[in-house]
Amino acid sequence: MGIKFASAEWMVALKDELNKSEGYRDAAKTWEGDFYWIITGMPGTPGDVYLYVDLWHGECRGANVSDATAKKPEFVIEATFPIWRKVVDKKLDPIQGMVTRQLKLKGNMLKIMKAPKAATELVAAATRIDTEWPA
Amino acid sequence: MWYFDCPHVVFGEEALSHLAQLSGRLAFIVADQNMVRLGLVQRVTEPLAAAGIAHVIFAETEPEPSLQLVQRCAAELAQHQPDWIVALGGGSCIDAAKAAWLLYENPGVDLAGVNPFDRYVMREKAHLIAIPTTSGTGSEATWYAVLTDTADQRKVGVGSRQMLPDLIILDPELIVSLPPLITADTGLDALTQAIESHSSTWHNDFSDALCIHAVKLICEYLPRAYADGTDREAREHMHNAATIAGVGFGNSQATLAHAMGHALGALFHIPHGRSVALFLPYTMEFTANNGSDRYVDIAQGLGLPTRDGREGGINLITTIRELEAKLHQPQSVRELGINYEDYTSALPELVAKAEMDTQIVTSPRIPDSSELRRLFEYAYEGRSIDF
Repeated sequence: MGIKFASAEWMVALKDELNKSEGYRDAAKTWEGDFYWIITGMPGTPGDVYLYVDLWHGECRGANVSDATAKKPEFVIEATFPIWRKVVDKKLDPIQGMVTRQLKLKGNMLKIMKAPKAATELVAAATRIDTEWPA
Repeated sequence: MWYFDCPHVVFGEEALSHLAQLSGRLAFIVADQNMVRLGLVQRVTEPLAAAGIAHVIFAETEPEPSLQLVQRCAAELAQHQPDWIVALGGGSCIDAAKAAWLLYENPGVDLAGVNPFDRYVMREKAHLIAIPTTSGTGSEATWYAVLTDTADQRKVGVGSRQMLPDLIILDPELIVSLPPLITADTGLDALTQAIESHSSTWHNDFSDALCIHAVKLICEYLPRAYADGTDREAREHMHNAATIAGVGFGNSQATLAHAMGHALGALFHIPHGRSVALFLPYTMEFTANNGSDRYVDIAQGLGLPTRDGREGGINLITTIRELEAKLHQPQSVRELGINYEDYTSALPELVAKAEMDTQIVTSPRIPDSSELRRLFEYAYEGRSIDF
């Protein structure tokens, strides 16, 4: 039985995967920055889903379901549910997703472009979660 | 969803004469002193004059063009207000012209902040023609430029899809006199781009087709062009191959050999093509050891035995090493003449630079820090990758 995508439990699982990942810790050892990941059009969920992730020097300090006003993160990435699913299923490279504007990024994109391995390891960690997807 | 972009290309004998068919008022030629000294600028201004197009020459471009040079170039563009910009030279001239063009069309923009996510005003003042005189960096076919900020001693990448030149002119007469060493360095740069772009995680049907054919052309014609620069058939096919590889690269991405080569080049001032090509066999071994079968298509294109991915990879890597030997290229970092103590003490910085390079993210196998260090160490010794 998987963990429901974008649920509080899924965010806990993501934090765990990141913090036990040597690959992520190594790739993101200089990274400082937090995110909102906004999911629009998620089946079975009214309104947009806000996920908050706080990443600091190779560690995930916090990952939780949030709302539009709780935080003021450095980065905001918004996409539709199908696009987020493609990213987690490794069918869409997140950098390519941002270049093609399927993932809409607010924040210093050059900072993200300078941490390419960290982005790859972050997606890899999400991929390792046994995810139950909404129908 | 992804994209495929390619400039209009005029190629073959007498390709420069196409300039006489253009319409326009004023061409701003971005070149260097070599282009003036060799008389190549005149080969451009004559057909432009036949088209009734006046010209201004900016011949200050240096190798590894600086941000500061580009700003001076853009200031002169603003002063002269040309409707054509003509980049004539190697990758440095073309990169400088691309960046200066963007600044000319977008005065005041911070070049260090130019990126593929934002949109810029382009082609309201001028269009860009790229005429490469090496075969080559492929800069004429890409939407990226690498500059040096001499004030802060750092490399600045300037990239926007809108910076792609409008027209490429590939005239083989321009490269007949290219010395053998530069022929080899730039030819191997094109080869590395083609092979890496084919194995990149951003590869696609369009770039694959181009890269496979570019490798085939380079393997056949680069040794001939190196051995005899007056072999015009070889020069023409190599010149085309370099741009074909550039289009493939510009629509896919280079990978680990470029990330490592950039790092080595930055610290030890090794020419770009020589640096990336040196690491290519090692990074191919690293990738192939992980079970990648991305080299099979290329190996089959060359007619090499390919019973499976592993055999195809091994045979292709052997072919690359044999080609590099034929071109008298160093096959280990030690052969570059870099002192072991200097290299060892630079390893942490080499690893750090390679890890921060955007080219690493599209590697089919991304090394962690310790693997990257081992790759650099093995490449120093000339040792085949066994991990």
